[in-house]
Amino acid sequence: MTSLPKTPPAKRLGLVIDLDTCVGCHACVVNCKEWNTGGYPAPLSDINPYGDKQSGAWLNRVHSFEVGRGADSQTVHFPKSCLHCEDAACVTVCPTGASYKREADGIVLVDEERCIGCGLCAWACPYGAREMDPLGGVMKKCTLCIDRIYNENIPEAQRQPACVNTCPARARHFGNFADPDSEVSKLVADRGGVDLMPEMGYRPTNKYLPPRPKTKEHTAAAGRAALAAADPDGGFLGWLDRLLSD
Amino acid sequence: MNPAYSVLVFTTASGAGYGMLIWLGILAPLGMLPANGWFGFWALALALGLVTVGLLSSTLHLGHPERAWRAFSQWRSSWLSREGCLAVATYLPAGVFGIGWVFFDRPDGVFALCAALAGLLAVGTVACTAMIYASLKTVRQWHNLQVLPIYLVFALMTGALGLYAVYAVFMAGQIWLGSIAGLAVLSAWALKWVYWNGLDDSTGESTAATATGLADLGPVSLLDLPHSEENFLMKEMGYRVARKHAVKLRGIAVLLGGALPLVCLLMSFASSGGLAAVLAVLALLSGLAGTLLERWLFFAEATHKVMLYYGAEAA
Repeated sequence: MTSLPKTPPAKRLGLVIDLDTCVGCHACVVNCKEWNTGGYPAPLSDINPYGDKQSGAWLNRVHSFEVGRGADSQTVHFPKSCLHCEDAACVTVCPTGASYKREADGIVLVDEERCIGCGLCAWACPYGAREMDPLGGVMKKCTLCIDRIYNENIPEAQRQPACVNTCPARARHFGNFADPDSEVSKLVADRGGVDLMPEMGYRPTNKYLPPRPKTKEHTAAAGRAALAAADPDGGFLGWLDRLLSD
Repeated sequence: MNPAYSVLVFTTASGAGYGMLIWLGILAPLGMLPANGWFGFWALALALGLVTVGLLSSTLHLGHPERAWRAFSQWRSSWLSREGCLAVATYLPAGVFGIGWVFFDRPDGVFALCAALAGLLAVGTVACTAMIYASLKTVRQWHNLQVLPIYLVFALMTGALGLYAVYAVFMAGQIWLGSIAGLAVLSAWALKWVYWNGLDDSTGESTAATATGLADLGPVSLLDLPHSEENFLMKEMGYRVARKHAVKLRGIAVLLGGALPLVCLLMSFASSGGLAAVLAVLALLSGLAGTLLERWLFFAEATHKVMLYYGAEAA
């Protein structure tokens, strides 16, 4: 079971994350925890959740990076969850068959009943997608909300991962990458979506859209220029300026 | 990487036990083992005792030790599963060899064949242990061609020291075996020295820029962690304690696991009786202690690529 599917999955479900529009609000992080602590991988336990030194299992986290230096730098908020790799090393290292990649849609899941909590899959993942549940002693990871996306008991518009549904900036998009006409495939083609750590060769399904280039009027230098002392340009103020300058 | 004590004890103790089985598997077919049941009992008790203590220790590392049996199922893809299968399979021929040697004073014939088979399986088990680490592309200090030979040579080293100690305590120290152990000590630490020097001269190919895919926009550095408190990933992969002492600790490991066993071996060659036995046991204990420190460094010096998302610049 921990061998990868022999034929590529018919569907390749995953996320596109738009680093241009993400505002770093962490709503996706909170809604992920909220849904999944009651959903498929439930519970996502916490140690000392309301006190000092709390820790717990989260399936989605937002990091923030400074990119560029000085006046040209910008802050890039960087949400990160499982990328559902095509060559998922976390699956092949698993000794029990608990970790597997679904043949139908490419989603990487953990069968918690089989997981012995050895932690090797977390060692094999360069993206930090897997976290050990501190109380359950089993590995937790993003399920792409399989209990939402195929759930016929909720309105069709909500059959998306919780993080996608909740994002107020529409920075997260869910879809099928095997279909070149899907919204996610088009976004990747139009905006130059990239793989994280392509040198690892794991071929992640999730893609990241880099921030759009800044227009001139949005740079820090343009802002500073707008604040610099300036002489009035003719008119009454120009006359006053000339008078006071003498 | 966080050096979990259960894993350090496992690879050190079971490495020594499998190393002893490898030497027994070589010496039995050559007819070089004494046809003495009691000697056989103590040799195999030490070898299988070390293996068993190590394997039990490894299960302490698990979140669900009671499900450990499930790890025998995925030998097609997983080095950890292969290790588990071979570790248990080794007991069978080792047990048959033990019956012949201990109860019938016969470390020869078909029992010697079983010893050889147990030795081969022991080589396989240690190799699988090494491959668990060497197959992980996420840790460049582990994803290294030298890791497999290092694990094997350290098993041969501690195994030879173990067998020499059994000879010295229950019979008489054998200079030929002590010399083999001494050579194994020299080769193990020489190989480790080359490995350490190689690490110091290399850096990882992954950077914060490749991890975020933002290289085109300029230098990338972490501004904020995702949470204010440490998480599982930071505790497990972001181990930093005493890393700054790594170079000193390497020296201590070489002295403890290399120089001290050699001195003890040479002194035991020149002495006899109880003193020789004590020196042989000291050689084994210092060899194990040095190997334990070497394993600690193997983890503590290993940097995981996920730390690129937590402030590391390259990994």
